[in-house]
Amino acid sequence: MEPTTAAKPQFSPAAQAEIKRLLTHYPDDRRKSALLPVLHIAQAEFGGWVSPEVQDLVAEVLDLKPIEVYEVSTFYTMFNLKPVGKHVIEICRTGPCMLRGSDELTAQLERLTGAKVGGNSPDGNFTLKEVECLAACGFAPVVQVREQYYESLDTPEAVDAMLRELRGMVHRPILPWEENGLPTSLQNN
Amino acid sequence: MGRKLLTEHVNVEGIETFKVYRQHGGYRAVEKALKMMPEEVVEEVKKSGLRGRGGAGFPTGMKWSFLAKPEGVPRYLVCNADESEPGTFKDRYLMSKLPHLLIEGMIAGSYALGARTSYIYIRGELLYVLRILEKAIAEAYANGFLGENIQGSGYSLDLHVHPGGGAYICGEETALLESLEGKRGNPRNKPPFPAVQGLYARPTVVNNVESIAAVVPILNLGGDEYAKIGVGKSTGTKLFSACGHLNKPGIYELELGVPVEEFIYSDEYCGGIWKGRELKAVVAGGSSVPILPKELILKTAAGENRLMTYESLSDGGFVTGTMLGSGGFIAMDETTCIVKNTWNFSRFYHHESCGQCSPCREGTGWLEKVLHRLEHGHGSMHDIDLIVSVAKQIEGNTICPLGEAAAWPVAAAVRHFRDEFEWHVTHPKEATAPGAAYRGNLVLA
Repeated sequence: MEPTTAAKPQFSPAAQAEIKRLLTHYPDDRRKSALLPVLHIAQAEFGGWVSPEVQDLVAEVLDLKPIEVYEVSTFYTMFNLKPVGKHVIEICRTGPCMLRGSDELTAQLERLTGAKVGGNSPDGNFTLKEVECLAACGFAPVVQVREQYYESLDTPEAVDAMLRELRGMVHRPILPWEENGLPTSLQNN
Repeated sequence: MGRKLLTEHVNVEGIETFKVYRQHGGYRAVEKALKMMPEEVVEEVKKSGLRGRGGAGFPTGMKWSFLAKPEGVPRYLVCNADESEPGTFKDRYLMSKLPHLLIEGMIAGSYALGARTSYIYIRGELLYVLRILEKAIAEAYANGFLGENIQGSGYSLDLHVHPGGGAYICGEETALLESLEGKRGNPRNKPPFPAVQGLYARPTVVNNVESIAAVVPILNLGGDEYAKIGVGKSTGTKLFSACGHLNKPGIYELELGVPVEEFIYSDEYCGGIWKGRELKAVVAGGSSVPILPKELILKTAAGENRLMTYESLSDGGFVTGTMLGSGGFIAMDETTCIVKNTWNFSRFYHHESCGQCSPCREGTGWLEKVLHRLEHGHGSMHDIDLIVSVAKQIEGNTICPLGEAAAWPVAAAVRHFRDEFEWHVTHPKEATAPGAAYRGNLVLA
């Protein structure tokens, strides 16, 4: 009997079109420049992380050696190299957020989601990840979930509201800013 | 109220669209530039006295004039939108609210430098801002301000936005260029400088978002008029990102020269310290610059009022002064534990070190470790001198300034708050109690 092997990942037609568009941004002999944007597309396409197989696919699409992709995916912190929950909550832990309660926020999120920082919740809904400065220091403490910023999470009510919203999401919108509008801080300022 | 040159129309409904931006005088600077010779545009920026708004404060016009222009070789303008210096969030604000301002600055700048393709390198976390910019760029193409033969001038330009992947180091310009080429963000040895060998080994200028945006009011007003705003060599307006323990954190555009005290306490700006508490210390220009205690941030060692200018903030050098840096203004109230804060910043630099230079890779690791044990009540008096010594050995011994950025905050924290570090050693149990910040006498250098 043939051993069963997982199907080789393939980009959707929409992703392929986007990659084709991106490649027009760089000189023809500089396809490698598209590596970071293509890794972002890959992560969005394949469940929020980039497996070795997905990274090999990226290498193939850009005519790169697999190692050229691995050395980049391991350098940049946004790329998840292990399976993640449905929602990856990235908590800013740097000074300005710490001054306004990011330690307490982290503890609260661990308690409410059942996930530990660096791991997934038992129900598979959440991954908690501590990250460095998200450039939203005036609205601390801050977390990022995919492309959405959740700001001023300094009350239990604000944290509850965020988790309720995430739990209620039927699917993860690719372009949250189009569907949900800008983060509150940017609307009000 | 001072003049607002960048954010004047920021609250206008629909200002993120081409149509509304244009109705409010948008793209006039491009029209003006296209009627000038490229060198004349560079000259206006030189006359304006504009200094790089990313942190280093190097004169933008001078940087532009260094660009090599060999015949037949493409050259590039790259916008550094990798805003990630802790305490700084002005570029994200500017780009998401006024995308066309940056695009207009990019067109005028690219024309001045003779670039035919330009890039905006934006940090990967800001993918939603990337989409705002791409939408605005599409509008600029549709209205003949990008693409072939812009406004019938014969000048053509393509503009693209490129996301990073989560690496503070890519804010260093040569690391940014490596990243834009699809590689790890390891800073390059200099020389050659990007002005000679930058993106794809071609002459390149890398400028911060706010610097490029400032080119628009400079062209609209004229360099000489722009230079009249501000104080001395600190010309024009600057965006400050106010955060930490303030009543009204946020982004403020100031004419350079506002007194620090007014900026912190006036209701027009930050509205004082939260919860009715006292100010303890300020990191005035992003996490890399030396921290100053209240006494020294409000007044210089000579007793003069400190102003929000490059010169005034650095008055006293690193002994009693600091730097304007990126304008990331982090205020700390009386309950703040300086040791914990210093440890937090050291952890940041250790996490963000690219790892190619040993003094930085190893040194930032030791700073984090030793500060961790001081903060958690396991340190010794010797450890305090040890971190100062480690910081000294990183400084000046690395390819890029991340080394200095990691060293300066530690050296300054010990310089101004040594008693607080000592208290953590002599009171190990209290030091680890929640909320047990030392509130003793400040030791001034």
